[in-house]
Amino acid sequence: MAMVQPRSIRARKLGAHLALLGFVSLVVFPLLLVISISFREGNFATGSLIPERFSLEHWALAFGIPWERPDGSVVQPPFPVLLWLWNSIKVAVVSALMILALSTTSAYAFARMRFSGKAPILKGMLIFQMFPAVLSLVALYALFDRLGQLVPWLGINTHGALILASLGAVALHIWTIKGYFESIDGSLEEAAVVDGASTWQAFYHILLPLSVPILMVVFILAFIMSIMEYPMASVLLLDEDKLTLAVGAQQYLAEHNQRWGDFAAAAVLSGLPITLVFLLCQRWIVGGLTSGGVKG
Amino acid sequence: MYTTNASRGLPRHRSRYPAERYTRWALRALTAALVLATLWLVVAFHLRGQWMFALLFLVLGASLAIVFGKRQLMSHRYIFPALAGMGVFVIFPLLYTIGISFSNYSSSNLLGEERVRAQFLDRTYQAEGQAFDFRLYREGGQMRLYLEAPEAGREGTRHLVSEPLAEAEGGQPLAVRPSEAAPAGEALGLREVIARRDALEALTLVTPDGTELRMSGLRRFAPMLSRYQENADGSLTDRRDGTTLTPDRETGFFVTDDGERLTPGWPVAVGLDNYTRIFTDPDIRGPFLQIFVWTFVFAGLTVAFTLAVGFVLASLLQWEQLRGKAVYRTLLILPYAVPAFISILIFKGMFNQHYGEINLILEHLFGISPDWFTDPALARTMLLIVNTWLGYPYMLLLCMGLIQSIPRDLYEASAVDGGGPLTNMVRITLPLILKPLTPLLIAAFAFNFNNFVLIALLTGGKPDILGASTPAGTTDLLVSYTYRIAFQDAGQDFGLAAAIATLIFLLVVGLSLLNLRLSKVKV
Repeated sequence: MAMVQPRSIRARKLGAHLALLGFVSLVVFPLLLVISISFREGNFATGSLIPERFSLEHWALAFGIPWERPDGSVVQPPFPVLLWLWNSIKVAVVSALMILALSTTSAYAFARMRFSGKAPILKGMLIFQMFPAVLSLVALYALFDRLGQLVPWLGINTHGALILASLGAVALHIWTIKGYFESIDGSLEEAAVVDGASTWQAFYHILLPLSVPILMVVFILAFIMSIMEYPMASVLLLDEDKLTLAVGAQQYLAEHNQRWGDFAAAAVLSGLPITLVFLLCQRWIVGGLTSGGVKG
Repeated sequence: MYTTNASRGLPRHRSRYPAERYTRWALRALTAALVLATLWLVVAFHLRGQWMFALLFLVLGASLAIVFGKRQLMSHRYIFPALAGMGVFVIFPLLYTIGISFSNYSSSNLLGEERVRAQFLDRTYQAEGQAFDFRLYREGGQMRLYLEAPEAGREGTRHLVSEPLAEAEGGQPLAVRPSEAAPAGEALGLREVIARRDALEALTLVTPDGTELRMSGLRRFAPMLSRYQENADGSLTDRRDGTTLTPDRETGFFVTDDGERLTPGWPVAVGLDNYTRIFTDPDIRGPFLQIFVWTFVFAGLTVAFTLAVGFVLASLLQWEQLRGKAVYRTLLILPYAVPAFISILIFKGMFNQHYGEINLILEHLFGISPDWFTDPALARTMLLIVNTWLGYPYMLLLCMGLIQSIPRDLYEASAVDGGGPLTNMVRITLPLILKPLTPLLIAAFAFNFNNFVLIALLTGGKPDILGASTPAGTTDLLVSYTYRIAFQDAGQDFGLAAAIATLIFLLVVGLSLLNLRLSKVKV
């Protein structure tokens, strides 16, 4: 707008910018601080945001490379961060794919078919989805403990158990995909069925290719949720080399042996990729998160 | 919306295409294999006496067979996998938890009665007679025990050497014979003895005069006898003093004649005991009520703070004349993008008493250094600060979405009438977005009500409440309290934890029904 603006508006804009900048700096401060700390020498270094005594020690340790100090002593990496990250990614990819498969097929039925019990099942799912897994951890532990005695790769301390346990959380994704399916006109599939396609063929060859965007969103959402999952992993996984990042990372700040510097490097190393994925996909993720909840 | 032949119950023709026929047969074979696998689990669980799990998989296998066997249930095939997932990993654990809440299942009542009885029968005591110190010798691949009586024996031999340990495979008693010299080879250190402890504990040594020796300590073998003897009526007799232990199936313990309970016991149903304990036992009721109130306060304040921050920011960001909105928006949702378990730990470090940056700054500016982790009020303040940081981006995104849908002409009308930005915000924006926002606020309340990760990673519930008989902290929420009762410290009380979990279930059901009604979900 090329209008001449009254002075009060300009002052207000300046005020708004200042307020926003102030708030943004408060929000970003912890994140910048951690990046700075990861480059500082020693585990308890303090100082300005730009490190005065620059050191790559923590980063080397985070990548699992032993670090030789100037005085000749060699520091071994305290925790297998890369292994934890790999565990997390492995579990998250597999469980996200399985969640995607389960929720897509059921969303298809809910969006396109008429069958008995549809409305109560959908509503029931919404209610059950609100129960946090923390509350039934005793039962989940018992279930996998017993199951593991019969099927070893589904027992306590296996990634199989963790992946399987995550399959309970599909309701939100079903609602999201169902909403998207309903926004696609069904006449294409009806035409295919009239021409002799089975329901499965109509779903697989016609509806699925049209819905790739929402499938991506749900995959990424399920992936991120699985990476961040803490309570179940903390109970189901025991050995250090089995842990996921969410459970392992807290060991850096254990009660009596706090490794603040090492933690900072590990946190940036493992948190950055996830943050970037989120920011790159934010438009779709945010849409999925908010609309799925609002419209239902 | 269309209906297929199958769901109308009409017959399906044999397909003209061989490939399709083979796929159908492959699918049928897969279904059959899955059903058989589930049935195998049912039988195996049943044989182990775990009827709950047998029943679970019986229901699963039967519904699998029905849904994939009947053509009329074509549509249900699509939803079956997801429903099975929810059934096994959400609904079954929920029912199982409610079931546990009526039992005394805990770390002292963990195993079944038979296993407990077997444990008692395995107990031994040191009988009269000579005890020996032992050392383990290795010669080549063979190991021998060398026994030495600490004081000159009244009834004879001072030194004994065993046959090679390999001969004791399968629980055979191992003969020892007198010897004046130690066996050949090297004596092993204590560390290696500990490494072989299980094998040594299983050993029974027989001296030439027929006494049986068993390991009684890390350095000793002594004549050991089984302590308990089983009687025909199921009770146990203590061989040392002749007391009788009777199994009490009401409380799940073996009790002596004068009523003393011996641990371990076994799980039995105790009715509403756990619930009455929550509401009548003062050592549990006090902490429970305190935590209950704090949980509500925490969830309520979190929603209020995050909404306030998010709403103000959203109102600022929707101002058309402001530049750089995209950059602000990206920076402002950063806390949402960073994984929570990392940012919570970052705050844990930043609030640290000694090296944390927050106290360094406060010290520098005001000369104060608050005890964030040891003072209850400060710890709670810290939780609210961190949770507001974590949670406002969600509210910001919701508010921005909803503000977009408010018609612009309302603001134009307000401008004509001379309304300022504050009037717009309070009189137009807020009332218009509050209604669609309400169900989401309830969901956010329910989420924070159960915000386990924040508590577990930041404070772990500490500082602890004094005088509580269960692990309970001033910053604990009900969920983390339940978790600590069930999984932390000594005396894991699964029954009590499950009872509290059941109470939370009821609250959550209430909240989600309210939510469902307010959001008017269309199915």
